[in-house]
Formats: sequence, structure tokens, C-alpha cells
Amino acid sequence: MSAAIDTLEHMFEYEQVSPATSLTATALMEPAYDTAGDLDPIKDLKARIRSMQASKLDSRLIPTHPAIAGLLPGGGLQQGAAYSLDRSAMLLMTLLAPPSAAGTWCGIVGLPEFGVEAAQHVGVDLDRLVLVPRPGDQWLAVTAAIADVMGVVVIRPPKRATDSSIARLAARLRQRGTTLLVLGSWPQTEAMFSLSHSEWHGIGDGHGHLTAREVTITVTSRTASRPRSTRLWLPDASDTVRRADVRHGDAQHEPARRLA
Amino acid sequence: MNLEPPRVAVLWCPDWPITAATQHHKLPPDAAIALVTKNLVFACSPSARAEGVMRGLRVREAQARHPELTVLDYDPALDSRAFEPIITAMEELVPGVQVLRPGLCAVRVRGAARYYGGEKAAGLFLSGRADEEGAGGARVGIADGIFTADHAARRTTSVRIIAQGAAAGFLAPLGISLLQDPQLVTLLKRLGIRTLGEFAQLAADDVFTRFGPAGAHLHALASGRDSWPLTPRTPPRDLDVVVHFEPALDREDQVAFSMRTTAEEFIDALTAVKLVCTAIRVELDSDSGEMSERVWLHPHSFTASDVVDRVRWQLQGVLGEWRSGITRVRVSPDAVDAIGNHESGLWGAGPDERIHHGLSRVQSMLGHGAVLMPAISGGRTLHDRQQLVAWGDRHVGAKPVDQPWPGRLPAPLPGTVFSPRHPVHVLSTDGASITVNGRGAVSAPPVRFSATGTEMRRLTAWAGPWGLDERWWSADARSAWRFQAVDDTGCAWLLVLDAGGWWAEARYD
Repeated sequence: MSAAIDTLEHMFEYEQVSPATSLTATALMEPAYDTAGDLDPIKDLKARIRSMQASKLDSRLIPTHPAIAGLLPGGGLQQGAAYSLDRSAMLLMTLLAPPSAAGTWCGIVGLPEFGVEAAQHVGVDLDRLVLVPRPGDQWLAVTAAIADVMGVVVIRPPKRATDSSIARLAARLRQRGTTLLVLGSWPQTEAMFSLSHSEWHGIGDGHGHLTAREVTITVTSRTASRPRSTRLWLPDASDTVRRADVRHGDAQHEPARRLA
Repeated sequence: MNLEPPRVAVLWCPDWPITAATQHHKLPPDAAIALVTKNLVFACSPSARAEGVMRGLRVREAQARHPELTVLDYDPALDSRAFEPIITAMEELVPGVQVLRPGLCAVRVRGAARYYGGEKAAGLFLSGRADEEGAGGARVGIADGIFTADHAARRTTSVRIIAQGAAAGFLAPLGISLLQDPQLVTLLKRLGIRTLGEFAQLAADDVFTRFGPAGAHLHALASGRDSWPLTPRTPPRDLDVVVHFEPALDREDQVAFSMRTTAEEFIDALTAVKLVCTAIRVELDSDSGEMSERVWLHPHSFTASDVVDRVRWQLQGVLGEWRSGITRVRVSPDAVDAIGNHESGLWGAGPDERIHHGLSRVQSMLGHGAVLMPAISGGRTLHDRQQLVAWGDRHVGAKPVDQPWPGRLPAPLPGTVFSPRHPVHVLSTDGASITVNGRGAVSAPPVRFSATGTEMRRLTAWAGPWGLDERWWSADARSAWRFQAVDDTGCAWLLVLDAGGWWAEARYD
């Protein structure tokens, strides 16, 4: 009897182990993309190993916008990790929309000027969005309480928190599998998003109106050897977010619509 | 139909809606009040009636007849609520009270007449007790059947008794329009029948053949044979809890602490009758007579600590404004539901309950209004379109979103909407502030603006102005010019120029 159980157990062990080993093997044998070329191959391999270590066995991804997912280590936003963002509401909403549409509750702490209607346009489900615009001095406690029940939490820290309270919050996030998006700087983030070269289309010197924006988004991650960046429509003339390197028909030449 | 009509006493409180409103709003008893619904006067007080205000008048006409008239919205729920103590008092005196409508109730009088020594004595006793409860001059009519007793009560100043069998004689001279059937009344008038007596003289069979069962019933009423039995109500269980504080308390934590056991009793009493509460009404009274009343909703059902939280939040709102401490807290269930519908499953009621617990915790840290759910409402400006409602409250006053709303912003929408909006300076090359004339022409192209008040930014592109002219006919009229502008850092802004100057309303970032 016990021998039979042993066999069964081993069978499951093998079942579980084999895909993981094969994954590691293939990943290591694959030529490193994005960083190949001018870099030292050993340095590159080290970076690959670091990134493999960072993605623990239990780390799972939350749905991420396809235009941004490729820039992130592991191919998407991770549960239980913290990310820091530049001051950009559009980028924040683009990150929030896929998990929200997939049924995750999102909480936004300390952001009284969050544009609700823009969020709805980007695809955030307002039925699963909760705002705590003015948490005051208790912002860390509020963030922790919200992180207990929601899948994605956004905060803008009004001031620097102590290292110990940040470590406590990080432990809580890992335990609950909650992703934290921070507007501003934050120690020990999985990756940092920054925007540059913002370029608006459709508006001239006294004529037209804002229709589309092109922007360069750069992701600096803890594990990748160097920042990755891409050009993004945030949003394009049809109000969707997509990568700009794929040339659709020139969006900026669309006739300008009137406001009123 | 050939049953003996029961002996009935009807208690009538004249102008009940007025009495209820006077009590609720703590107005002087002789104030000129009109209650309005749909812009028409529904009820008015005697002093207003003396000036010619009457039911069915337009509000403007009523105000013209009595310039110092206090106009209040008619609230049927208030009528019923205020009548409750009187019904309870009647039930203490006589078993089996039928509420005909707020301000009018009927009781069987036979037993009471024996107990109090005669119908007259019983009637006086009833009206006296009702006046003690604030009925404001209640009248009693005692007769065969509710219909006759009701009209007897309306034709007296204290108690009127129509002897047994004399109902037909009492009703005979009264006008036919007392029958609550306008179609039949019009027809009878055209047939030359103007009093109840004349209608009663018609043969019952003929009336039945011509007007059917409904007509036959009215015929029986007119001839004093109102045989409908009384259907007394079942007195509802009293689930309200009241806490009195002597001396008055002026700190919220003191009140919350004293409420704790009472809140548990309140919930236990509900659970004992297999109910859960989904909305409570909290009333607070202060030493100097201020009163605060509010209904709190709950997405699931109230627990004792939720009740204490709601009392605390309501206190937070009022304690700063009130000059004296709290003397009384009253909690009553506003909406209840069977407990079976709220039983959680074996493994809990799913993720939503967890969310609610988490958010309630934040609410008890920061206050009820700190946790908000967003929704989109109709409107032209960004502020009008986004509505924030406290977690647990209902969305009210939302305008329809699917209307066209000409003048609203087209996509893409700004991700940052300043609340309140920031004052800015928008300047031309020579440093003068930009203005827009009545024809929508800009005084000079804007080239610089200050977002924070100190640092100037150069504008690389701009567009506008687009005029916004809303509700010019009303007091909250609003007119403004809107601009879009892009600064040299690549950030775009929605700028607004109105009577108060330049504002940054939103940022596209």
C-alpha cells in the first residue's frame, strides 16, 4: 500500500519538476535577445541568471498591456511586486486597464486628481475601482488595508516612508499577491517606468485640437542589465494605446475634429 | 351584504400632513405652511387657509396670496412616521386599530363603550389621548360602519355619535360627491341625484344591474349599510433603540462607547425575529434642540460595530457645528430583509465580502466619505461628468450619460483632473494677460504660462477658444472659454478662462 503511494508521489514530483527544468534549459540555451551584440557575453549571461532567479517559482503575472509587457522582466507585471512610475496618469491607466478588465479590483490611494472618465476610456472598469483620495498621515496603513483585499494598488507617497514600514508593506504585498504601483520614487521596486520625448499631434499654433500623443517609455528594471525603451502611442488618434514602431496609416494627418 | 354594520369609532386628525410637518420641522403651531407636491399645494395650515391658500393651487399663486407662506415639500413617509405614536396610543386603549390613512384610523367601539361607560365617554377618552400625543385637535365620530363614522367625525369639533340605525338619516342630506368615484358622481348628478339620500332611495337591485358590484357597494354606503368589517392591523414589533445621555456628551468616542451595548441589543432583536437590517436611520438630538437625521445604507447587512460606526460618522459631521452636547441617539431599522437571504455560504460569500470588510476598515480609520466609488454622469465639464460616491451609498442625481451633451471634451481625455482647479497665468509675448472678447477672438497668441505660479513655461502649441455657456437662465449660470495648450516639456493642458481669471482644469499626462 505504502509503496503504491510512494510511486504516486514520485510520479507527481516528476510531473512537477520536469517542465521547470526544461524551461530553464531552453531559456539558457536560447540566444539572449535585446542585449546581444556589443555586450560582453559573460555579463549578459549573468544578467540572464539574475533574471531567472528573480522570477521565483510562485511568482505569477497579472494581465499587462501587450505594448508594455515586452519591456518588463518576466514579460509582465508580477503579483506581489512594486513598480514605480513617472508622473503620468495615462501610463498608470494603461497599466491598470488589463487587470481591471480581467476582474481584479483596483485601489487608488492619495490621488485626488485621478481622471475617472479617462480611466473608463482606457478600459478600467469603474465598478471595481475604489479611490481614497485623501488618506492624510495614515497613508501607509490605508495602503496596507487596501492591499489586503485588492489585486492592484496605486499610491502616491506624500513623503518618504521609513525603511521598516516599507519592508512590512512589501512583505504584505508578497503574501497577498498584490501589485503596487507607486507614482514617485520607492525603494526596492521591480522596475521603474519613465516617459520622455512626449510629442502631441493634431494641435497647431491656434488651430486643431489634441488628437494623439507619441511618447518614449523606458523601463529600468532591477534584474535587466540595461534599460529597455520603446516608442508608444499614448493614445493614438482612435484613443487606443499601441506601439508606435508598427506604422499604421499616419494618424497625425487625420482631419482635426472640432471641440464643440 | 346583509351583515349588520359594526359600531365603529373613527379618529380624525384634521390637517394631519401639516401637523406632522410642524412637529418635524419644529415650527410654531400657528405658522402659515403649505406642503407642495408637483408644484401644487397639497395641504395648508389654517392660518394659510385664512388668507385664501387652498389645496390644488399653484405654488406661485399661493405665495402671492400669502407672501410669508412657508413652502415645504410634501413627504408621505413623514406622515406615516409621525402618525405611528398615535396609533400605538390607540392600541393601548382599544384593541384592533385599522389605519385608513395617516391621520385617520378606526377602532371597534362596542367593548370600549362598555369599559368606559358609554360611547360618548369612550370617544372623549380617545380624542383626549390622541391630543396628548400631539394630534392637534382630534375628532371622533361613532356610527354604524366606517364610512358613516368618518363623515360624522368631519362634522363635529369633538365627538359626534350617530345612534344605531340612524346612519341613513344622517347621511341623507349630504352631497353625492362624498362617494369616492368621480365617474359615478358625475353621472348621478346628470341624472338629477344630488344627495346621498336621493341615491339611497333607488332600489338596490336596479343600482346593481346598472352600476355593477362597485356601484352597489357605494349604494350600500349611501344608505348607511356599510357592512365592511374592520381589519385591524397587527402591531409591528418595536425594533428602535434609543439612548439618552444625562448629562449631555460632547465627545464622539464617549457616545460611541455608550452605544456599543445598545447596538448589540438592536442587532440581537432583529436577529431574534429572523431579520437583518440593510439600512438604518440614525437620529441625534442635542441639548439646545438641534437635530440630525440620516439614513445609512449597507451593501450587505449591519453588524453591531457597523451601527456604532455610522453613529460615529454622523456625530463627526455635526459635533463641530453644534453648540451643545448630544442628549439622545435613536437608531431605527429603515430597511430590513429576511435573514435567509443574507446567510453566507459555507466558505464565505465570495470575494465581494472581503472587499467590503477591507474598505469598511479604511472607512472606520478615515471616515465614511474617505472611500469613494467613481461613476460617470452626464455633463459638459470634467467635474460634472465624474461623480464620486462614498462606499455603501447609492448614486443619486446622476444625469443621463447617453445624451449628446454638446460641448463636452472629445477623446483623448485628460488623465489628471485638478480638484480644485489651479489658478494660472497665461501671457502673450509682451507679458500681458490674454483675454477673449465677446466674439471669441483672442487678444494675442498665448506664448507663456505659469503652472505653479513661479516657474514660467513656454507654450509650443495651443488651440481654442471654445466657448461654454451653460444655463444662462438660472442662478448657477456658467460661461467660460476653454483652451488646449502644449508646453515645452511635451505636457498638454486644458486651460479655462472665466470671470475669475485663468485656471488649469486638467492635464493630459
